[in-house]
Parts: sequence; C-alpha cells; structure tokens
Amino acid sequence: MDAILLQILNGLDKGSAYALIALGLTLIFGTLGVVNFAHGALFMLGSFCAVALSKIFNISKITIDPDKVDFLGNPLKVKTPYVIEWFGESTGAAIIDWSVPLAILFAIPVMLLVGYVMERGLIKHFYKRPHADQILVTFGLAIVIQEIIKAAFGANPIPTPAPDVFRGSYDFGVLLGMEANAVIYPFWRLIYFAFSTVIIASVFAFLQFTTFGMVVRAGMADRETVGLLGINIDKRFTFMFGIAAAVAGLAGVMYTPINSPNYHMGMDFLVLSFVVVVVGGMGSLPGAVLAGFLLGVLESFASMNEVKGFFEALYLPSIDQIIIYLVAIIILLARPRGLMGRAGVMEE
Amino acid sequence: MRHLSKSDKSTLIIVAALALLAPFILNPFPEGSALAQFNAGYPDLMQRFAIFGILAIGFNILFGLTGYLSFGHAAFLGVGSYSAVWMFKLLSMNIVPAIILSVIVAGVFSLLIGFICLRRSGIYFSILTLMFAQMSYSLAYSVLTPLTNGETGLQVYNDDPQYLMGPNSPTVTNLFGLEMRSTFTLDLGPWAFQFNFGYYVCAFFLLLAFYIAIRIFRSPFGLMLRAIKTNQTRLNYTGLNSRPYTLAAFVISGMYAGLAGGLMASMDPLAGAERMYWTASGEIVLMTILGGVGTLLGPVLGAGFIKYFENIFSKINETVLHGWFAFLPDGLNDAIVWVLHFFVGKGWHLTLGLLFMLIVIFLPGGLMEGWTRIRNKFRGGKDDGEAPSPTAATTPAE
Repeated sequence: MDAILLQILNGLDKGSAYALIALGLTLIFGTLGVVNFAHGALFMLGSFCAVALSKIFNISKITIDPDKVDFLGNPLKVKTPYVIEWFGESTGAAIIDWSVPLAILFAIPVMLLVGYVMERGLIKHFYKRPHADQILVTFGLAIVIQEIIKAAFGANPIPTPAPDVFRGSYDFGVLLGMEANAVIYPFWRLIYFAFSTVIIASVFAFLQFTTFGMVVRAGMADRETVGLLGINIDKRFTFMFGIAAAVAGLAGVMYTPINSPNYHMGMDFLVLSFVVVVVGGMGSLPGAVLAGFLLGVLESFASMNEVKGFFEALYLPSIDQIIIYLVAIIILLARPRGLMGRAGVMEE
Repeated sequence: MRHLSKSDKSTLIIVAALALLAPFILNPFPEGSALAQFNAGYPDLMQRFAIFGILAIGFNILFGLTGYLSFGHAAFLGVGSYSAVWMFKLLSMNIVPAIILSVIVAGVFSLLIGFICLRRSGIYFSILTLMFAQMSYSLAYSVLTPLTNGETGLQVYNDDPQYLMGPNSPTVTNLFGLEMRSTFTLDLGPWAFQFNFGYYVCAFFLLLAFYIAIRIFRSPFGLMLRAIKTNQTRLNYTGLNSRPYTLAAFVISGMYAGLAGGLMASMDPLAGAERMYWTASGEIVLMTILGGVGTLLGPVLGAGFIKYFENIFSKINETVLHGWFAFLPDGLNDAIVWVLHFFVGKGWHLTLGLLFMLIVIFLPGGLMEGWTRIRNKFRGGKDDGEAPSPTAATTPAE
C-alpha cells in the first residue's frame, strides 16, 4: 500500500509538469490551430527566469576588508549581495533564499510578453501557411531560443535550490494513519503538485467563469461566427497565447529545484508533452490534464522494482523508459481521437 | 539512362561530375594558406556529404512528394547503423552484407511504423513519427541494451564470432579486401588532394540513390504521390486508396535512411543511440528544407551546405575572427568580433536555427527556389518547371 502511494506521489510531480505544458500546447492548438514546437523552449525559458532572478539577487558588492587576509596573504575581498546591503541582513538573506518562489512574480510578465511577441511577431504570419510550415518555423524558433540561453548561461545545468524551509522531506504516511517513515516525500514536490493544481484550476476557472473566457471558448468552437458578431477574436487569442506561454513558464520556474535547468530540458519535455496531448485528445483541455497526470503516474509505476522484477521473470527487458509510448500507441490504435478528444477533431 | 529526359540527364551528369571530382572541387586552397581552413576535401567530411545527401534525398521522396512531414527519420538511420554493425560482428568486415541488411531492416522497420503512423496525416503524422523515433531512441538507449549496447554504443570487439572471417581478412571495414579508409594522396605543388576509397563507395551509392529518385519523381507512382500532396481528399473521392502509395513512399524513404545508416557504420563501424535522437531527425528536415523541398537537387545541396558550414563554422574561433578584422580600428574590431563570436564555433547551431527560420519564413522553396528566382531575374521570368512555385511546394497533405 505504502509503495503504491509513494509511486503515485512520485508520478504526480512529473505528471504536473506534463499536464501544465500539455495544457498550454492544447490552449494554443485549440485557439490558433498551431502546433507549437517551441513550447518546450518556453518551459525552459521559465526555468531560466528563476535562474536569472537568483543570479540577480546574488550580484554582490565587493569590498576589501583590511583587517583580514586570505590564504595568499592578500587583503580579503568580502562579497555582500546588494540585496542584503539594501534590505538588511535577515530580509536580504530571506529574499535570496526565496528566489525561486519570487521568480513566479518575475516570470509571469516576462512570459506573457514573450508569448505576445512570439504570436504577434512570428506565428501570426503563419496562420494561412500549411501546418508543415508552422511546425518548421516553431522548431527553428525552439533551436534559436535554446542556443541563446546556452550562449547566455552556458551549457551546464545550474542548480537553483528551493527555500530552506521546503528542502526537507515530509512524512506523508503519518497523515494517513500509517506508521512513521513509511511514505516520506520531498516537500517541494508536494508544493509543485499543489501549485500546478492551482494553476490548472485557475486556467479552467478563467475560461469558464469570465466573459473573456466565454468569448475565447466560443472562438474555439467557431471562430468565424464569433468574428462576425463583431468581436475581435484575434486579440483575445493572442492573449491566450500569452497565457499558455506563462503557464509553461510557471511550470518551468517551479521545476527548477527538482531538476537543475539546462538549455535542452525543454526539448526533452516537449516530446512527452506531445504524447500527452495526443493521448488526451487534440484540442481537449481536460484531456490534456488527465493524460498528463495519468502518464506521469504510469511512468513511475513502470519504474517500480516489483514491476521490473515481473518483466525480468518473463525474460523481457524492463519497459519503464518506453511505457508512455507503448500506452500512447495502444490508445491511438484503439481510440484514434484520444481519451477525451471530440469526434472529428484531427481524426483524418 | 535513355528513359531520362534531357534536363534530368544533365542533372544526373552534373551530380556525377561533382561527386567524382569532389576531392578537387572541395580543396581549392593550397595547404598552409590562410584560406586552407575553408577546404573540405578530406575523406571524413566528403563521406558525410555523400551519406547525408542520400538521407536527404530519401526524406525528400516522402516529404517533397507526398507532403507528409516525418519528424522521426533518424530512427531508420539508427536502425540501419545497428544492423550494419551486427553484420560486422557476426560475419566479417565486408560492407556488402552489412549494407544489404541495413536496408532490409530499415525497410521492415519503416513498414511497421508507417503502417501505424499513416493512419493519420498533417500535424498528427508528424507527432506520431516523432513519438516513434523517440521510442526507438529509448529502446536503443536502455531497454534493448543486449542488442544495442546501450549508452556505450555498439562496436566490433576482438572476441566477436565473425564467422566469415578468413585468416588474412582485413580487420577494418572493406569491400572484398579494399579497405574503406585507404586514401591516395595526390600532391600537386602546394595542393594535396585526397582520394579516399570509402568516399567513392558513398558517392557511388549517392549516384544510385539520386538516379532512383529521378526515376521515382518522373514515374506514374511519383505523380500519384504528388497528387496526394496536392489534394488527398479529392484523390479519395475519385475512388483511389492513397494509403498504399504513401506507405510505399514511407518505406522507400526509410530504406534510403537505412542505406545511409549502413554506410555510416561502414565508414566507421560503430553505432550509438544518439543517432536516433529527435534532434537528428530535425537535422534531416533542416537539410531538405534548406536545399529545397520537392526538387531533385535541393536535398543534396542542403545536406552538403549544412555539413560544410557545420565543419567550417565550428573551426572559427575568436582568434581567427580577430585576424580577419585586424584592419579595423581596435574598438570596432572588438565590437564586431564580440557580436560574431556568438554565431561561430560552438554557436553554430544558433546560426543554423536563424538561417532555418529565415528560409522557412521568406524562402519556403529553399536554396533551389532562391536560385530560380535569381535566374529568372536575369532571364526575364522564364520558368522551366523544375523548381515548383512556393505555394505548390509547401501544400501539405491535409
């Protein structure tokens, strides 16, 4: 029981990342009809927002302390981050410590802007071009974004830790009445899951309960009619692109403590997010979220030792690396529109 | 040969001449001169030109004719490499069985994948092929380690069985005793031209591949593929089932990729999973688009272009740049070098990405379309129908 619970928890944090990226991909596909191959790069950009912010907070003023010497006998250089100098010892240290959560505030406007510029500057010109061109141009853009980040931050992963308070693990089992130390789970991953649930819920609430969201949903169903009713649907769709970019960016920001960001992390997530989108059903928002969590959990179950042992007993190689793809192929063969896809959308 | 039209024949002859004389053409600058770093006439690079040329020609048969954008072509390349290396391990270092097996295995593999993926078209097809390629990568990287040797990559060891290995068979890849790596260097004054046997094997296959591609382009089968690209729905309404045709195109292009993979392993007998990674598939797409989708010559040019600049740009570093702009005043020199150093050396991929975006945005027909446009400017709008117009060139199968 505790092993199963642990695997579900393990799957949830990766599943949350898949779900968030897939949600953005589906939003873009549903509104603008474009498959964004640069969406993984947006996730990566979000991560690097957190890295950049923590670097900014650590910009230090170098003063020379005449009383002390370093091991070479030179006067000791003392680095004091400006943040500490301005806000005092405790507040400054807290700001540096909390740089990842604070990066959320920094990433939202940045990612909205990036999304807006991307849509207005590039993707707008590709609506009337064939799908192949849309794929190609966003793929090119993904390479460019990736290489710019590589030039700016280097090729190595940059560890960016979570705040001190969340660094430990939480005895999750005790909460459910199990014995102590049965299910121990890192704090930050629980927070990641909670955070992504909040984001997903707010995106759905935004679409469901605001007038703006209602118009967007109407536009997704029938763009032309909404346009004929005198509503500037393009403007709203551009904003939705920004939101999708921000969702991917936030997924990236919060993922930094789990996985040190490097410049190609987006590409790795993108392919799996595509699988998620296809399994969930193209153009279906709930499908994307459901499939994201489902595949995340599935993946973590396949990597359980018990499951691996089962396959070994049958002289089969362990399939934890490809389980997602296998499931996706089976689902697509049995139900080509995906789990929750509407009939007729992208079926032929 | 007599089946070919006049213009096709001349294209084939041009390609043959280029391939035959490549050691001269790619080596225009004498050794030791400042421009010698632009030379590309060494065996390794010339082999890569030919191999990636084959790959791009094959990809173009699928994407250029039917409009199905496959994002997983590297999988077939990897499969071809693995099967070739297995032949080296089991039989002998002769490349003939290796290449035959790699083409067959890649063909069977692409039949399987194509059967599933071709149920869908458009974006869905691209995503599905991408998914399969990524799955093949994971399979090769971890799951099928006994077959692929996982992370280390598959290579030939001394204790491999090699059943056909005679007592004095060569221990490097060869064609009935002629070693792939044997190179004849012709010293002409300051020039050193290298004639590599392996390269000529690749060039032979390139010509063969090119000839078959011409025949496919001009055949009724090729016409049918073009019809699929132009309007598949209409084709279906006329009562034709298009799937066997697309599947055939998919398998043919998969076999081309397998041939390229087999050749790659024949030149250097090892195979690794990274050959199947999806960025490798992306590179194949880049080559074809850059050269010109749906044209005969385009993909070969694109492959050569990318491989050449990949090599040359990677060699240029800041010191070289400083040397070039030394005539400028110091501050300006530094500024220019600072800007340019992002695009050369390790930044080559940035240049490639930007170039690719520019091509897709402004010149969807690739280099071939650019060439036609320039020629038409001088000739006054005459079009011989070889390079299709941009709209026709990029209409996908919907």
